[in-house]
Amino acid sequence: MSNPNAHLSTVVASGDELLAGGWELVVGLEVHVELATRTKLFSGSPNRFGDAPNSNIDPVTLGLPGALPVLNRTAVELAMRIGLALNCRIQPCIFHRKNYFYPDMPKAYQISQYDLPLNADGHLVLPSGTVVGVERAHLEEDTGKSTHVGGATGRIHGSDYSLIDFNRAGVPLVEIVSRPDIRTSEQAREYVTELRAILEVIGASDAKMEEGSMRVDANVSVHKPGTPFGTRCEIKNVNSIRALGRAIDYEARRQIDIIDTGGEIRQETRHWDDAQGRTHTLRTKEDADDYRYFPEPDLVRLEPTPDWIESVRASLPALPAARREALSALTGYDTRSEAIVVVVERGQHGYVHAVADAGGDPVRALVHVQQAFAEEGSTPRVPASDLAALTVMEQDGKVSATQAKQILATLVDNGGGDPSAIAAAKGFEAMDTSAIETMVAEAIAADPDAWAKYCAGEEKAAGAIVGRVMKASKGKADGKVVAAIMQGRRSAG
Amino acid sequence: MPQSASEIARRVRTGETTARSVVEEHLAVISRRDGEINAFNLVTGDSALRAADGIDARVARGEDPGPLAGVPVAVKDNLCTRGVPTTCSSRMLEGWHPPYDATVVQRLSTAGAIMVGKTNLDEFAMGSSTENSAFGPTRNPVDTSRVPGGSSGGSAAAVAAGMASVSLGSDTGGSIRQPAAMCGVVGVKPTYGLVSRLGLVAFASSLDQIGPFAGSVADAALVLEVIAGHDPGDSTSIPQPAPSLVAEVGRGVDGLRIGRVVDLPGGAEPEVEARLEEAFAALVAAGARIVDVALPSFAYALTAYYLLAPAEASSNLARYDGVRYGMRVAAADTNAMYAATRAAGFGDEVKRRIMLGTYALSAGYYDAYYGKALKVRRLIADDFARAYSSCDAILMPTSPVVAFPFGDKVDDPMSMYLCDIYTIPTNLAGHPAMSVPFGLGAHGMPVGIQVLAPTLAESTMFRVGGALEAAGRGA
Repeated sequence: MSNPNAHLSTVVASGDELLAGGWELVVGLEVHVELATRTKLFSGSPNRFGDAPNSNIDPVTLGLPGALPVLNRTAVELAMRIGLALNCRIQPCIFHRKNYFYPDMPKAYQISQYDLPLNADGHLVLPSGTVVGVERAHLEEDTGKSTHVGGATGRIHGSDYSLIDFNRAGVPLVEIVSRPDIRTSEQAREYVTELRAILEVIGASDAKMEEGSMRVDANVSVHKPGTPFGTRCEIKNVNSIRALGRAIDYEARRQIDIIDTGGEIRQETRHWDDAQGRTHTLRTKEDADDYRYFPEPDLVRLEPTPDWIESVRASLPALPAARREALSALTGYDTRSEAIVVVVERGQHGYVHAVADAGGDPVRALVHVQQAFAEEGSTPRVPASDLAALTVMEQDGKVSATQAKQILATLVDNGGGDPSAIAAAKGFEAMDTSAIETMVAEAIAADPDAWAKYCAGEEKAAGAIVGRVMKASKGKADGKVVAAIMQGRRSAG
Repeated sequence: MPQSASEIARRVRTGETTARSVVEEHLAVISRRDGEINAFNLVTGDSALRAADGIDARVARGEDPGPLAGVPVAVKDNLCTRGVPTTCSSRMLEGWHPPYDATVVQRLSTAGAIMVGKTNLDEFAMGSSTENSAFGPTRNPVDTSRVPGGSSGGSAAAVAAGMASVSLGSDTGGSIRQPAAMCGVVGVKPTYGLVSRLGLVAFASSLDQIGPFAGSVADAALVLEVIAGHDPGDSTSIPQPAPSLVAEVGRGVDGLRIGRVVDLPGGAEPEVEARLEEAFAALVAAGARIVDVALPSFAYALTAYYLLAPAEASSNLARYDGVRYGMRVAAADTNAMYAATRAAGFGDEVKRRIMLGTYALSAGYYDAYYGKALKVRRLIADDFARAYSSCDAILMPTSPVVAFPFGDKVDDPMSMYLCDIYTIPTNLAGHPAMSVPFGLGAHGMPVGIQVLAPTLAESTMFRVGGALEAAGRGA
């Protein structure tokens, strides 16, 4: 909605974020999410994905003559949850009609919000610390779904006939419009990843890009820092977070090539072809529709009371950012560390806290969860007490790090178990120090050159000795103990 | 004139007569007269007789079928009736069977009323003479060489000819009051939001309101009591129960302040002006006081209306695209199918208003047309608010002219639009207004006097309407 050409950027890319040739990438994202309501935005028809075509329809969905919309209260609450999670102002608002003809648009207008959206002027702080402004997050209804049969392109033009499924028509959507604050494709991916995590956490949407319950359009332009924004192109049909990054990178390169060869960017909507890895023109600004927006006379003003807003706010769970902070406080790791970001993204933060609550070592718990629980959901099958027991065994030196990893793998395979029993079964009883000392002496004897280098201060040479000890002990020796013995011998001369 | 609804209901409820005989009498009138008048697009005789038998069975079991027991009612053909064709007098919807009843139709049925048929209208309620019907014009029962007014001409004529005791119409800019005046019956446009619009095929959603036609003010009040009241299915429905109105009709106007609009746009026929003066005099004789009020923005109402109503209509009628229901004209591709379907399905007046409205909402013109019209709408509401600070109701003609001969205005849309000059402002303000027959005008045709009242002041309106009716009967 905003005109990025109208002002100079307040967000400036850092030097290493600039593209080759000193170009600055400017991206704003429009994200549509389907709300996880039981029924549609304006009728009692079920909002359910995957049902037989045209089974979830009614007079309102089909836009039958005489049918009238009645606003779904739950949809408004979920939209307010999104607004609050994105630090938006929730304001009195109205609905508008956006008029255009399309066969899967039953009334030939979409009920949306225009100059007065429910949520306005928010922002999202990404895990990396980047702040992305959120211009608005408004409510609107989804369209039906067309399948164009025949013809080469799968599009309406040139097809033999079209089938329409109205199950999706009237499903509640929230369109979240970011400000053009994104400067790299990595930030764009991070924004969508974080947004998706928030939407899931607050129960607003299942946010699945593959099923279309989350759809991302990217407005991309390039310019030189300190100059007005360049002409933007809107990229559609981006169906995964990976595709988003690729599409933005491609589009930036395309635009820079045009400008570098003396051309001008046309404002247009472009289609991302993931297989070919390129965008192509969908429609230009000249043939854009005139939507003839006007206030929807069948609905009244929506004015959330302060009490209502506060009750929605009070019902919000901890957001991903708060979860990262809590894990950081627990483990001492930075909130931006990969382990914390990944574990929170998977929703396994609560599990790490549970391991710590069961007496486990938080840092080992975090790392184990990050490394071994990628295939597990937010509630891993391994009981928290089992993982806690394993970290305690490690802490006490009863098993080596290598052994711990093997025990962990068994725990994951079996969905739990007693780690000390597993250790015993694997013959992981801790070796006593004198046995290790013997092995170290044998290793030195076997590779005197390495030992000499190590004694001369070449730390890397220690690896050869440690390796021999580990091999001889079949991995049972605690690496820390081996290192301590070697240091002792070296300093003793 | 129609049989009294309250009298029919009383006789059916007490067993003095049967609903079946009442319905049979009305069906007989229909078959005698409607060939000429063409008030009905569809007569639902069989289902009406079945419903009548149901009412009679309930009376026989000692049950009370409701305040409209056995009352034959005609329903404008832009109100959805489950399983019964609803055409809006348009080729576009010919053969469409709605899967649901409009809330008002449901409420009438629950109150014991019996639908005898669906009545003719100007296509999609756009017009002031019922000449814009795809199924031929309706004739005025008072003089069949003349129009019945419109757009609810069929509903007005059905009551005037005694083919139904009461009927329902819809009023966007005068479509109940103007044909009521021209056919010599009572017509009421309630406060916007008093009656649910659910199941009314929309013309201009922010202006449309359903209301009754009746042979008397009391019968109109009785029907309005039945159809009014909150409906959660219409978001613009006022969350209040139906008001009690029948008792107001005979209360008199002693002490009421009646507004006379000093700057009312002229152009009414002299006979109409004369009846208005007599109406004021009658109310004064009944104890009311006349107060001069000004409505300076009134003159702009017509222009504002012909931007706002077509704008909404252009959007409301966009759904008739040939994709899901109604007419479809085959063509090479989707866009050509839209164009061919809409070219064949809509009549000239509907096309004219769709074009007007599309233009008014277009980028670059919105502020100058639609936006400005919205401002006028606010000014008119402000005018009324000021006027009602010094009076309780306002009196003016319903129509500047009596019913005119067929073809008189069809080629001159502006003169047709001017028929609604006195009725449109109340729609813009959302206020109630009613037309009460009051003597005759040129060519011996009926004249209607319009009673306007503030939002939800239906009780005052019916007091004044009742007093006018009493005085008119004596006149």
